[in-house]
Amino acid sequence: METHASTRLDATFLALADPTRRAILGRLALGEASVTELAEPFDMSQPAISKHLKVLERAGLITVGQDAQRRPRRIEGAPLAEASAWLERYRDIWEGNFKRLDRLLDELQRAPSGRKRGRRRRQK
Amino acid sequence: MPMTIDKAQVTMPSEREVRVARSFKAPRALVYKAYTDPQLVKRWLLGPPGWSMPICEMDVRVGGSYRWRWRNDKDGSEFGFAGVFKEVQAPAKLVHTEGYDPGTVGGGYPGKDALVTVTFSDDNGVTTVTSLIDFGSKEARDAAVATGMTDGMEQSYQLLDRLLSDQVG
Repeated sequence: METHASTRLDATFLALADPTRRAILGRLALGEASVTELAEPFDMSQPAISKHLKVLERAGLITVGQDAQRRPRRIEGAPLAEASAWLERYRDIWEGNFKRLDRLLDELQRAPSGRKRGRRRRQK
Repeated sequence: MPMTIDKAQVTMPSEREVRVARSFKAPRALVYKAYTDPQLVKRWLLGPPGWSMPICEMDVRVGGSYRWRWRNDKDGSEFGFAGVFKEVQAPAKLVHTEGYDPGTVGGGYPGKDALVTVTFSDDNGVTTVTSLIDFGSKEARDAAVATGMTDGMEQSYQLLDRLLSDQVG
């Protein structure tokens, strides 16, 4: 189970590492599109686009629609949600740490002129 | 261009790396101190609610080592990180290795330690800290992402989720 989830996350992050693939997903988020339709705005050859689409497909981020002629690609939400959920959780954990650090820094900035603690300046 | 990052920013600049950035309204020397004085570090580097940091030892000099260990106060599970400082440039830069200590939580990736580069940049009393974690390989990063350092935290999150939904539902 865990390995499955981790392999999937692995494929998702690999797929998302590339800016073109992220842009393709951005386009597909607006609605399904055929390879020809995708190749146009990206100014790329169809084989080049197809290569990116294969990576996205393998990661389960996109699927091919019913229409046998157009073979439209459409975005698949679940793996994306998994990846962004991880990033979000990771960011939340850090943000929790940083909020504590904010408070600590505030406290330290208020403290040094006073003599709240004798911890410092024990030595001349 | 100077930029203030109000909320923790997490990105993946390459397939081997994770980058975390955040700004603080405090002078650089003080932020650096909060990152390098173990007595201060253990007051903020705690992770999600429910975790404490029973071990926080840091010998911040080139070749010096550190050890961090967290403990889940509910179920007693533990995990940590340990490593060696490779570069120490107060108050601008720290480079250290980071090995995952699976403790009782497990997970992680057997193999090389990650290399963490922490930079502290100063702009008009606002200090921006950037931590670049280079896992050395995509496999190691993904393992850390999928299990490793987040797994124990994930467990506690799920616990919290359950508790909260129990309260509400």
